[in-house]
Amino acid sequence: MFFDSDLLMSALRALTPILLAALGGAICERAGVFNIGLEGMMLMGCFTSVATSWFTGSPWLGVLAAALAAAAYSLILAVGAVTLRGDAVVLGVAMNLLAVGLTSFLLRTVFGVQGTFDDPSLAGLPLVGGFSPLAYVAWAAVGVAALMLSRHVWGLRLRGVGEAPEAAATLGVSPAKYQYAAVLVSGVLCGLAGAQLALGNVTLFSENMTAGRGWIAVVAVMLGRALPLGVLLAALLFGLAEAAGFRLQGLGLPQQATDAAPYVVTLGALFLTTARRRRRTRPAGAAS
Amino acid sequence: MTRIAGALRSPVAFSVLAGVVIGALFLVGTGADPFAAYGAVLSGSLGADGIGSTLSTTTSVLGLALALAIPLRAGLINLGGDGQMVLGGMAAAVTGLYVPLPAPLAVVLALLAGMAAGAGYAALAALCENRFGVPLLVSSLLLSYPASSLASYLARYPLKEPGSSLPQTRQLPDGVALPAFGSSTVTAGLLLVVLAAAAYWFTDKRTAIGYEIRMTGLNSRFAAYAGVERKGLTLRLMATSGALAGLVGAIGVLSFPYRFLDGALTAPGYTWTGLTAALLAGAAPLGTVLASFFFAMLQVGGLSMERTTEVPRELTQVLQAIVIVFLAARLSLPRRWFRRSRQQREAV
Repeated sequence: MFFDSDLLMSALRALTPILLAALGGAICERAGVFNIGLEGMMLMGCFTSVATSWFTGSPWLGVLAAALAAAAYSLILAVGAVTLRGDAVVLGVAMNLLAVGLTSFLLRTVFGVQGTFDDPSLAGLPLVGGFSPLAYVAWAAVGVAALMLSRHVWGLRLRGVGEAPEAAATLGVSPAKYQYAAVLVSGVLCGLAGAQLALGNVTLFSENMTAGRGWIAVVAVMLGRALPLGVLLAALLFGLAEAAGFRLQGLGLPQQATDAAPYVVTLGALFLTTARRRRRTRPAGAAS
Repeated sequence: MTRIAGALRSPVAFSVLAGVVIGALFLVGTGADPFAAYGAVLSGSLGADGIGSTLSTTTSVLGLALALAIPLRAGLINLGGDGQMVLGGMAAAVTGLYVPLPAPLAVVLALLAGMAAGAGYAALAALCENRFGVPLLVSSLLLSYPASSLASYLARYPLKEPGSSLPQTRQLPDGVALPAFGSSTVTAGLLLVVLAAAAYWFTDKRTAIGYEIRMTGLNSRFAAYAGVERKGLTLRLMATSGALAGLVGAIGVLSFPYRFLDGALTAPGYTWTGLTAALLAGAAPLGTVLASFFFAMLQVGGLSMERTTEVPRELTQVLQAIVIVFLAARLSLPRRWFRRSRQQREAV
């Protein structure tokens, strides 16, 4: 059978990094900061987690260091877009580029290798009940983010800052403070996403190993309308596409077709949801 | 003096300077001599051995920088350069291999096929935005991956050179190639790209459509009010942009090694370097040319820096990105500091 529990399990495994990064993106979106630097922040997390795990022998310290490093890296976006009011799109693109260059540069200077660092004694994350511990963190984060945004005063203020910064400011809520917090949280989540990718899904670091997953996460934010549960569904869709791709590859489909599958599925989903939304918002009686 | 101070306070000069200084700190951090390293970048890219390589890199970087600058002038970002370039290269390779025409005609047809493939694919991204409301930034980037996969599949299976261990097509027939300057790697492709830059300069400065594009970039709502039809403009700009990216792919295939080799067009990262150059120049035509040459210099010089000082060439990629980070934040910090200190002085 093609759709069985194995497929679902591997889909759930594939979605973890996307989900973590997309939650970070959703929180930024809610606070009114467009964050397309997710890819770069994830990549910084990948490298830091591998380097730390290698030097300390502990993948847990690797996870911690990845979260801290990506949060520190996200400050570029916070300072650039919030304080200096620079263009968030250009900043995000530049951060993604900088991360590729910086991690490749560090790979050469720290490990003296090019392309991939892969060593049998590099410690990866253990599996708990078939999943990496970070997968549980990701699912918990969905619940926490959903509750915070809909119930807690911080979440409501965060949304207020994103929707009407001036109004929030008159009520004594500092937009900058909330936006900084949102960007830093997205940094932490992307760091965890990177650690999952480099120490959970595999145990190695290779140049540009995020390979567009950060962009998929950006799309997941759009698909899920920046709602934590919506983002979860969008990430699940991507996970299913990736898992189905692997399955089809086993059945003899060329790797190139399955490589492209997640991007095509994501784009297709984006078409369907935006087209439906448009039709609904179209004024009644208008000829189509 | 005031002119020098003014130039230093311009965001572009400041960003480049900041990039160079931070790069020097990296070099010191890794125990290298920044002067020796930067010296190697300059001599390696502009010296007799390097200038040819710099110019042929400029061909690709400038082509993609123009491809990204033209929509950017209207505030549209095309992130799909890789896919458009690869499809252009594949279309040119197929035309060159299978169309039985005299060599010069085959070259022209291959270039046109490359441009058409790139233009069509970029127009698809524009349609995604116009008809389905998928932001161009996202649709162009996501479309890029299946295009690369398709070209990779074609080069590995149906069009693969029989007996070769590399994922590549057969070599183009004799004479189906762009003429090169002497024995260098610089081909007539450079002229084509420079011509495109000149056409962009003319359109931008002297024509009504150039004015419409700039106006849309500055204030799209005002431009719409003044009668600029946004959807049509998006489609035309993206088609032009894709045509240029496709042209770069075709030029790549019609130059050494005269075939489509999987990954050869995308591995050097021309799309991102081109985007960086276009952003640095604010998409202005002449600035885009200068910035492209500057980044091509960095890329080629980085290789010789790696040879002579053992500093990894990835440093130049870091430099590029730092320049854009500073520029994106419109880091006019010095100006702010000046203003603040003046205010303080006046307040006293």
